[in-house]
Amino acid sequence: MSILINKHSRVVVQGITGHEGSFHAQQMIAYGTNVVAGVTPGKGGEWVLDGKVPVFDSVKVAVEATGANVSVIFVPARFAADAIFEAADSGVPLIFCITEGIPVQDMMVVRAYLDQKGVRLVGPNCPGALTPGEAKVGIIPGNIAIPGDIGVVSRSGTLTYEVLYALKLHGMGASTCVGIGGDPVNGTPFIDALSLFEADPYTERVILIGEIGGSDEEKAAEYISRHMTKPVVAFIAGQTAPPGKRMGHAGAIIEGGSGTAADKIQALNNAGVRVARHPEEIPSLLRS
Amino acid sequence: MNLHEYQAKQIFSQYGIPIPRGRVAANPAEAKQIAEELGGKVVVKSQVLVGGRGKAGGIRLAKSSQEAEELATLILGMEIKGLPVRKVLVDEAVSIEKEIYLGITNDRSSRKPVLMASAEGGVDIEEVAARTPEKIIKILIDPLLGLREYQSRDVAVSIDLPKPFWRSFISLAESLWRVYRETDATLVEINPLVITKDQRLLALDGKMSIDDNALFRHTDLAEKRDLDIEAPAEIEARKYGLSYIKLDGEIGCMVNGAGLAMATMDIIKLYGGSPANFLDIGGGAGADKVAAALRIILSDANVKAVLINIFGGITRCDEVARGILAAIGEVKPSVPMVVRLVGTNAEEGRRLLADAQMITAETLVEAAQKSVQVAQGGA
Repeated sequence: MSILINKHSRVVVQGITGHEGSFHAQQMIAYGTNVVAGVTPGKGGEWVLDGKVPVFDSVKVAVEATGANVSVIFVPARFAADAIFEAADSGVPLIFCITEGIPVQDMMVVRAYLDQKGVRLVGPNCPGALTPGEAKVGIIPGNIAIPGDIGVVSRSGTLTYEVLYALKLHGMGASTCVGIGGDPVNGTPFIDALSLFEADPYTERVILIGEIGGSDEEKAAEYISRHMTKPVVAFIAGQTAPPGKRMGHAGAIIEGGSGTAADKIQALNNAGVRVARHPEEIPSLLRS
Repeated sequence: MNLHEYQAKQIFSQYGIPIPRGRVAANPAEAKQIAEELGGKVVVKSQVLVGGRGKAGGIRLAKSSQEAEELATLILGMEIKGLPVRKVLVDEAVSIEKEIYLGITNDRSSRKPVLMASAEGGVDIEEVAARTPEKIIKILIDPLLGLREYQSRDVAVSIDLPKPFWRSFISLAESLWRVYRETDATLVEINPLVITKDQRLLALDGKMSIDDNALFRHTDLAEKRDLDIEAPAEIEARKYGLSYIKLDGEIGCMVNGAGLAMATMDIIKLYGGSPANFLDIGGGAGADKVAAALRIILSDANVKAVLINIFGGITRCDEVARGILAAIGEVKPSVPMVVRLVGTNAEEGRRLLADAQMITAETLVEAAQKSVQVAQGGA
């Protein structure tokens, strides 16, 4: 089974007539996802993707007409925050934002607003989610994963595909794979996804894929040691990354030099999490 | 993107934050002229985008306009941490009674802006933060509400600011918040904010970093970018929307996605090689972007092999293959290239590259091993 999305999810695609939106909406439908509507202001009334999907001028009308309960956003960065607000104000409880390059202050306002409304955002700058055999929302290639009992949560996009693919080559499958995005301010942090996997009866094991920067992996490590009964295997990217050029003192004061790969691996090891040296080592760590 | 001190202070001043009188000079004669206007006693400050300017001798006090000219000659001939000093800021010298730290930045952990202040401002602020964190006051700002007056007042009280300064401090903090908000800054910092002997608050130094993702709505700020701190290849990369950082190794990397790019660098190291660069072509890169990426990688003379690792999602492998072919036709690379294409339209991509005499790999481990091998001269 799954977290977040399944075969019953009713998906509205914001930006469905754009280059990326139309390509990936097509891919989602081909995978079997229930794409019920698209939104592009000014193109309401059209039918796209071989006449299968109605387009609306607004998310509100799309939700009223089709009962959509998941939104996926492909609009350009400068319009993305507004698209998220629109989805939230239209009563969509779960929003995936694929768009990369959204200004961080926009996201801080978005996050504060959504927290008040109790709406879940996944992303931005994320690949979305895939529940193999049931549905995909976003851009994860469907053919690289098979159904199984492993929950996958990742801050990265393509690195996630790498891991799913490595699992598949070893005959291992995923319950759900969710990419939470690599931006400094995102909607769903690791610990939220971990708690969903912990509660999902069909997930037996979890893979966490992190990278340098911030302290989400450290928080995840603390959460795992306190609350997780299911085994977790991790990979952290960026062990060879050069330290960023830093200016001013505020960054150093607020982060105190944390956020390196070594810090994160240490924190995860301390929480009993085995950390792979490279993505293709993950399957063997899951077996042992 | 980072701004110079003089640029940051100009912006501060536009928002009503008091700064010392002064101007920027590009040559000693100008510096002398400004010093004369300011009455002779000035501070000559190098304008380079690195920390530790003072300790490197790039900030000097002049007692006369003559001395200001001499110091400007000296400082304008300096390199600080490898960066040439092209401009100096000539500011009036002020008598300082107390140095305060005041800054606003993004707190990733709480996903909110945070205002920080300390009664112990000055060059050793990071040490203060590390040794006596209780001396740094941190106030989280609700992005929906903005900085509230009571919060600034609490800060004034917490840093033991004398009561006569409260009103001007609150207004200054409000101005700094507006600078942060309206310029899409990721950092605005005044260190030190001083109380002068004649009892004024004055922003003696200023630092600002602007969110690169927000520059589309700040074209005036985007023009202020100082290209000295970036390698030419990095500037070229940004033109094409590529994220490139040059490193010292010998295996050039072209990858889609920052996480996978870092993982690819890590695995090259794990198998005994060293990455020549970080390069993320981003999501949905087309053929022209890929061609530019390959040109940039190959412009590094240290590169002995190239590893192209593309896991297609929003990026389509056939587009990448077309870009590779276009770039090869143009630059005729003499180093071996290892290519791994998986995911969206990978088969078509591989078909396009079939005749291009490239080394192919199925897995990440295989790709890393092969590129290390060919970089070290093996077949």
